[in-house]
Amino acid sequence: MSQPKRYEAGVKEYRETYWEPTYVPKDSDFLAVFKIVPQPGVPREEAAAAVAAESSTATWTTVWTDLLTDLYYYKGRAYAIEDVPGDDEAFYAFIAYPMGLFEEGSVVNVFTSLVGNVFGFKAVRSLRLEDVRIPLWFVTTCPGPPHGIYVERDKLNKYGRPLLGCTIKPKLGLSEKNYGRAVYECLRGGLDFTKDDENVNSQPFMRWRDRFLFCQEAIEKAQAETGERKGHYMNVTGPTMEEIYKRAEFAKEIGTPIIMIDYLTVGWAATQSLSKWCRDNGMLLHVHRAMHAVIDRNPKHGINFRVLAKIMRLIGGDHLHSGTVVGKLEGDRAATLGWIDLMRDRYVKADRSRGIFFDQDWGQMPGMFPVASGGIHVWHMPALVSIFGDDSVLQFGGGTIGHPWGNAAGACANRVALEACVKARNEGLPIEKMGREILTEAAKSCPELKVAMETWKEVKFDFDTVDKLDVQHR
Amino acid sequence: MSETQDMIRDVQDYPSRLNDPKSKRFETFSYLPQMSAEEIRKQIEYIVSKGWNPAIEHCEPENAILHYWYMWKLPMFGETDVDKIIAEIEACKRSNPNHLIKLIGYDNIRQTQGTAMLVYRPAQ
Repeated sequence: MSQPKRYEAGVKEYRETYWEPTYVPKDSDFLAVFKIVPQPGVPREEAAAAVAAESSTATWTTVWTDLLTDLYYYKGRAYAIEDVPGDDEAFYAFIAYPMGLFEEGSVVNVFTSLVGNVFGFKAVRSLRLEDVRIPLWFVTTCPGPPHGIYVERDKLNKYGRPLLGCTIKPKLGLSEKNYGRAVYECLRGGLDFTKDDENVNSQPFMRWRDRFLFCQEAIEKAQAETGERKGHYMNVTGPTMEEIYKRAEFAKEIGTPIIMIDYLTVGWAATQSLSKWCRDNGMLLHVHRAMHAVIDRNPKHGINFRVLAKIMRLIGGDHLHSGTVVGKLEGDRAATLGWIDLMRDRYVKADRSRGIFFDQDWGQMPGMFPVASGGIHVWHMPALVSIFGDDSVLQFGGGTIGHPWGNAAGACANRVALEACVKARNEGLPIEKMGREILTEAAKSCPELKVAMETWKEVKFDFDTVDKLDVQHR
Repeated sequence: MSETQDMIRDVQDYPSRLNDPKSKRFETFSYLPQMSAEEIRKQIEYIVSKGWNPAIEHCEPENAILHYWYMWKLPMFGETDVDKIIAEIEACKRSNPNHLIKLIGYDNIRQTQGTAMLVYRPAQ
């Protein structure tokens, strides 16, 4: 038995209590790695300990009520610090949080601590949560994807290739009937899915109920015409949970297979509620990530997307947008490969070359389809198939609807390009290197593809990535 | 330049129709031309190289949207001889000349079909 402590009022250095370099993390601990830029003059150990303290049990001064708790058990501990490659002002701090500090099944609770007040803390100039290790006990208390990749494949009867989608454009202003027309044309041309744009909720130009009905007719006719199963991500994102449930219930009533939510703008609790509803009601759930770049793009402050992806797998979606690497939106290739593994695999090993700091065991939790969407077209197909593999959804918005002959031709071009790349990959060909030959050969029997290739042959998006992996660059 | 531009400007109709059997598709590889024997062989080699169990299914074209096609015998568990798998596809075709034929690779580790592809589409 240890001797009870005496109460001493005042401000102590955090490192006396919260810096514990000899600590060996337990399998049941939550682990986190933060990238910290301390204020000038604050030693690394003190800054790391301050982050551990402020994200777990401590306040700025000693309080007598501390002595009524088993602080030694409950405190977060900074147990290691490391240089950030290529960055002299920042360092990584590794922090362990014990089981019991967090409510089971609540990512809301976990991240209210981990990225709460501590992010405004004056002793650090900037702070970024780079990665977390979620202990298996916590994984098993979260709902996870309502169906997961393999159940979705079974429901849709699609195997051995990525799925194909398209976001309906223009984003805003189409009437419900014209919108349904665009959906129908895409689906009859060979896409598996179309998608509501995230901004499309229930505006005066197109109310949700009208849109759902016209899109459902589009799905049904395209299915009858092609003999293949189709879906349209009906966006149920709305201002209140009551509205969200109302829209989801109606989508189910009309027999549609998949709905959509924006998990950062509606919030994690709302998304988790809908995730559970989807499992109970046999509805696939597509998850969009509007607002993520506000949180994850700055390499010095915020939350890395790999953490946001882990959070979403715990909350439970069947699809999650992941970035494309090659399109118009931000995304480092190695980092993207890292978080698409975290979305799909049962066990992901630490791999610093992909920005993954911890081994992550997902137990039996199903995986999510990563969704590549934004500024991609047929010329990107070989790279996309190579980067994403079969368990992905590739979404061409402008790259379908912008086809000179219309959506159906654009969809057909993408489907033929996709199947040609998958076939060539299965044959053992290096499809990224041979992309031009593979597409050119496929276009011989598909004039729609030939025209698509001519239309987009000059479009590139080769700006430098802002959020790069931390690597030595001198 | 001008020939390409002409082709782009010369908008073509997309010829799919509800009542036209040629408009019907059957998932993976049904948008590509019928594979040659040599091409099918390469796809079988892919299934075998993945360690998947090959299986053959067939169906009347008009019922193809249903999940369950007719299973040809049983999945060929552990079969890695590409010629034997080809022989089964040919046997299935001889017995059901008017049916679609699909080749599946069952992935028992992930408990799913690693792939399922159309390998034969009867002439209409």
